[in-house]
Amino acid sequence: MINSVAQRPSRPQGRPRYKGKAPYVFLSPYVVLTAVFFAVPFFNAIMLAFYETNGPRSRAFVGLANFVFLFRDSTFRRALLNTTVFALVSVFLQLPLSMALALLLNAGAARVKGFFRLVFFSPNLVGQVLVGILFSVLFTPRYGLVNRGFQLVLHWGLETRWLSDPRFIMPAIVLASLWLWVGFNMIYFLAALQTVDKTLQEAARIDGANPWQIFWHVTLPSMRHVVVFVVIMSVIGSYQLFELPLTLLSESYGFGANDAGLTLITYLNYRAFRAGDLGLGSAVGWVVAVIIFFISLIQIRLGRVAEED
Amino acid sequence: MNILQMLLLALFVVYVGFRLLGRRRVASRFARWTLLTLGAVVVLAPFAWLLSAVFKDRSVLNEYIFLPPVGLWSEKTLNLNNFRELFKARPSLTGPVYFWEYVLNSTVYATCTTVFQIFFCSLGGYALAKYEFRGKKALTLFMLGSMMIPGVLLLAPLYKMVVDLGLVDSLAGLIIPGMVGTYGIFLFRQACLAVPNEMIDAARLDGCGEFGIYLRLVMPLVRPMAAAFCLVCFLGNWNAFFVPNVFLHSQDKLTLPVVLNLYLGEFRQDQGVFLAGTTLAMIPPAVLFFALQKEFISGLTSGAVKG
Repeated sequence: MINSVAQRPSRPQGRPRYKGKAPYVFLSPYVVLTAVFFAVPFFNAIMLAFYETNGPRSRAFVGLANFVFLFRDSTFRRALLNTTVFALVSVFLQLPLSMALALLLNAGAARVKGFFRLVFFSPNLVGQVLVGILFSVLFTPRYGLVNRGFQLVLHWGLETRWLSDPRFIMPAIVLASLWLWVGFNMIYFLAALQTVDKTLQEAARIDGANPWQIFWHVTLPSMRHVVVFVVIMSVIGSYQLFELPLTLLSESYGFGANDAGLTLITYLNYRAFRAGDLGLGSAVGWVVAVIIFFISLIQIRLGRVAEED
Repeated sequence: MNILQMLLLALFVVYVGFRLLGRRRVASRFARWTLLTLGAVVVLAPFAWLLSAVFKDRSVLNEYIFLPPVGLWSEKTLNLNNFRELFKARPSLTGPVYFWEYVLNSTVYATCTTVFQIFFCSLGGYALAKYEFRGKKALTLFMLGSMMIPGVLLLAPLYKMVVDLGLVDSLAGLIIPGMVGTYGIFLFRQACLAVPNEMIDAARLDGCGEFGIYLRLVMPLVRPMAAAFCLVCFLGNWNAFFVPNVFLHSQDKLTLPVVLNLYLGEFRQDQGVFLAGTTLAMIPPAVLFFALQKEFISGLTSGAVKG
């Protein structure tokens, strides 16, 4: 083994190379399916954004007109704004909550931990559509569980029209999304917390750091990889929010009063598959893709800067 | 002041009491478990509400938050009317449709996609992990790049492709494009890297064919990953809405999430019916999750925490 490594550094395993066709055969299902259902649609997606279409069969080249239309369309700008607000809330409200739960849970005994982890994760089994359907009833004025719960604890909100008053539509979407996703991100933070070096935290404690300082200066930096990963995933997820508002606001196809619940993908779905302009839908898809790409890029950069410190 | 507020206040008083007595450790422990328990109650309350709502008669649905007091339990307050209504035949353009047809559609769609995904992804992941071949680097790069493209962008052209292939409005049109995924291939590649090369070489010397090595040696070793992936994949397809909602048109071909979304409007005056359907749709994922819970959590986080 050692000899062969020295003689042939290009093949570190130092074992006879398999020369048959097997890997090509094994990968052929992926290659064929990806070519047909990913590569071709991808190149069509590039093209389609420059066409005006009416259903899947008729099309006319319009150049950049789709993009010009989008940025002049106040409904689209509203969707962009709503989606960005939702993404910010996810990062600055949902993730801190997930982290708090993970920290609370991390100190517990293994069996208790397993139970709470299961409970907090359980809404994810259900999926956005069923959560949306369930919460569309829970938000009923006077009778809904959410309204009654707020009334019991805070003496407020029994008559709040969560899903028809434009001021409360976004908060309602956020509440439902918190119920759905806080536990999901908690799983990642919990797994990362278990890899943090306990001796570092102990050393900081002996040096007189308070729990908050230990968390901010020791624990969080040592799990920054996972934090960056989770932030990127939840921003990407937020920009693709669609099914939750669609089912919560099913009467208006997810738009909500004054478009208060309209997201980019709801807009895409409406333009492409209800109004039948696949070209305009593709253009919206490109805008979402570019936004996601740049946000991921910025976050990976920030993650690297944090690493160098 | 009601009971709930009094309880919250009492918990707070106990916490402050421990602090004042100088028992800081006990106080923080008490606070920790109290907060976790309250959180769990908030998470479980909607499920409890749903489970009691589907058995309540529509006349008392809004009268009680959860179940009526035990003394009032009777056929008039608690019954199976919601489920009876749900399973009744409903007229459509293609003739009467039963709720169990949607259950069947969802089951076929989620199961077929999951089985194909596990087979094709493990095969591809194994090839990437354990073979050197021309074009491997290029393929890996392409796969990494393709994961950056959000699925929504492809939906409109994919729809066009499925129409052109004549697969629109059929379960096949949902299953075939979803039979393989880059994410799954990477997961299996990661798991296959841990299989010792010596074992593969030994099997090859003993005259085992390449497919035999994959099937009899590698697959049993990566079973935990396969279990985790099975759950992720099944959940994703069982709950999928966007693609089935666009690709399926005929009433009798729809899947559960699509139908339940339609029922939201159809049964606006009789919410118990679509809530009953929602409850039934939650059962298969829950059963699968309890069966595969351990593998699932470790599989879900393995990519993130190691990387």
